[in-house]
Amino acid sequence: MSTGTTRLDVVVSDVVPVNDLVTRFHFRRRDGGLLPTFSGGAHVVVEMRNGERTRLNPYSLMGSPLDTREYTISVRRDDAGRGGSLFMHNQVRPGLEMVVSYPVNLFSLDLRAKKHLMLAGGIGITPFMAQTAQLAGEGGNFELHYTCRTASLGTYADVLSERYGRRVRLYHDDRDERIDLDRLLSTQPLGTHLYVCGPGGMINWVRDRAAALGWPPETVHYEHFAAPQPGLPFDVTLAVSGKTIRVGEQQSLLEAIEAAGVDPPYLCRGGVCGQCETNVISCDGKFIHNDHWLSEEEHRSGKKIMPCVSRFEGKSLVLER
Amino acid sequence: MGITFRKETFRDDFTFRNSPEHIRRFPFPFHEDSYMYAVNIEPHVVGPKGSVLENLIDVDEHYVAEMQDRALVLAEDPLRCQSLRHMTLAGWDLLELLMEQQALGYPEHFTLTRDGDRWRWINRPLGIDDTFTFGDTSTLPYGPMEYITRQSQGDFCILDQRDGNLWMDAGMVTTQADWSLDFDIGMNFFEWHAPVPLAHEKGIFVRALKFLTNIQQGKPARRLNWTMTINPRLDTSPENYHKWGPDRATVTPENVGDKVHLRVELQSFWRLPRSNGIVFPIRCYLIKMDELVTQPKWARRLHRVIRDLPEELATYKGLTRYRPTLLEWLSKLDDGSPTSPGFGPD
Repeated sequence: MSTGTTRLDVVVSDVVPVNDLVTRFHFRRRDGGLLPTFSGGAHVVVEMRNGERTRLNPYSLMGSPLDTREYTISVRRDDAGRGGSLFMHNQVRPGLEMVVSYPVNLFSLDLRAKKHLMLAGGIGITPFMAQTAQLAGEGGNFELHYTCRTASLGTYADVLSERYGRRVRLYHDDRDERIDLDRLLSTQPLGTHLYVCGPGGMINWVRDRAAALGWPPETVHYEHFAAPQPGLPFDVTLAVSGKTIRVGEQQSLLEAIEAAGVDPPYLCRGGVCGQCETNVISCDGKFIHNDHWLSEEEHRSGKKIMPCVSRFEGKSLVLER
Repeated sequence: MGITFRKETFRDDFTFRNSPEHIRRFPFPFHEDSYMYAVNIEPHVVGPKGSVLENLIDVDEHYVAEMQDRALVLAEDPLRCQSLRHMTLAGWDLLELLMEQQALGYPEHFTLTRDGDRWRWINRPLGIDDTFTFGDTSTLPYGPMEYITRQSQGDFCILDQRDGNLWMDAGMVTTQADWSLDFDIGMNFFEWHAPVPLAHEKGIFVRALKFLTNIQQGKPARRLNWTMTINPRLDTSPENYHKWGPDRATVTPENVGDKVHLRVELQSFWRLPRSNGIVFPIRCYLIKMDELVTQPKWARRLHRVIRDLPEELATYKGLTRYRPTLLEWLSKLDDGSPTSPGFGPD
């Protein structure tokens, strides 16, 4: 059976510019009812229909899980991306009817933690908006360290500081403020869990230092969604369904498979959950693997691909779909 | 029209019986004339009217008697209900799920009224009418999981999901087929399944775990499991083995029909929204052989399944001692004619 999620019919109830790069979108149920409850760290997949094309991108829910009248997401404009964020920024207005998935949480709090230490970089702040709201409601112990380029691009830094005071610490790149990571990681009480969400380089840095300083792997949590990257068009044969498709420059392989009427399971569409893992039957060319699911060995083997984020360049590719 | 709840016992004089309607709705677990493990998981969606799947949380004529039996078990052994400290939020998730589902399926028996976090719960069969604050444990007589599972048929395991595994960190377990929550509490999926024969070699648990950790909100799944029990005893726990183990030696050709019961578990799997845990209700259905064989197809098929069951499985399910006596009795009801496909009676 497919492990995809149920879809929700929603209407855009508000669009709020937050700063030069980030805009917030509010969704309510079209039938006026309550949305499903979710847990801090959950995301929804937003379906963006633009003419013939449908893009599906995951965004963290950033409202309080205690309020299910609306879902809110924040979208950072990516001028070099495939156009999903530009569609959201340029086309989505209040009143637009859209479809989002049920919430899925791949970045869950470990509720055993005596303390939750959160590290955010840039737009990676969004899952922590919901997690801090959830923990604050339960009297949970947390501390948030948030790195942003400038104060004006510190999305929600003001809101967080106002809500949580000294539990939030800000670092601005333009003022040369840096997290003293080793010191932070070596002065935490026993039972602390570490959460990191931000650019890939930041996640790797934090994971490496935590490992070097003896943090057990099960106490280090990270959210590593890679947005699908654009690239050269390529052709693919789907052996099971007997179809040959072309993947457009701004399209992901998964979206192209779906556009051909084949529906592989998916959850994250960001290369981390493993659901859409697909076997390669044959290929002549090279893979551009962008996922965090397959091992390096599997990447080298050329036997598997994650079609949500990865691409191909070459003469021919046959997939078991 | 509501359910007529039976007055009956699952111990001592064993007055448990199924009404004719309940015999027909029994979740017979064999869709063909043989049995082997499989990852027999399917979406838990509403099934035909008059079946145990008519509602996703089933309430039947045994409800009141089962809840009384649970209270007796808990009075003797409070450790049948345990919840590790980090599982309270999941307990509230479960309370919401069971109240919503029972009120939805059986409005004549259960009513849930929500006004923000002020909730009123009316359970007419058990004579309960409580108002409480959702999320505030001090407003209930028990923790949220214990409160609602004292009012819900079946055992409940709440599994915490972390590190790519599931952990048995809370549960209410009083109607179990010879396993112990007190022993398994805190274990992960592979640890608590360690005693199951054959399935590990087939890689079943690796695949099952992968499936379960990807269960999504709003998309529950289910499977059936089965064993056999002598006398209609719900509490066949290791803790009480001395009470029910010796029953296996009491089966004679004369009492097979009355004493031997097919025990079927309807197991379902639900993602919990606030805690991101999984709840695993294990609902036990019992039927005595005399009742089961009123459906000739089931009689023929059960004979063939028990006859051809691999030895390891028969041992694991505890059938060894009375299997020959049972087979002799069932064989007289199997004329060798073919059985129709599917689970249901003809």
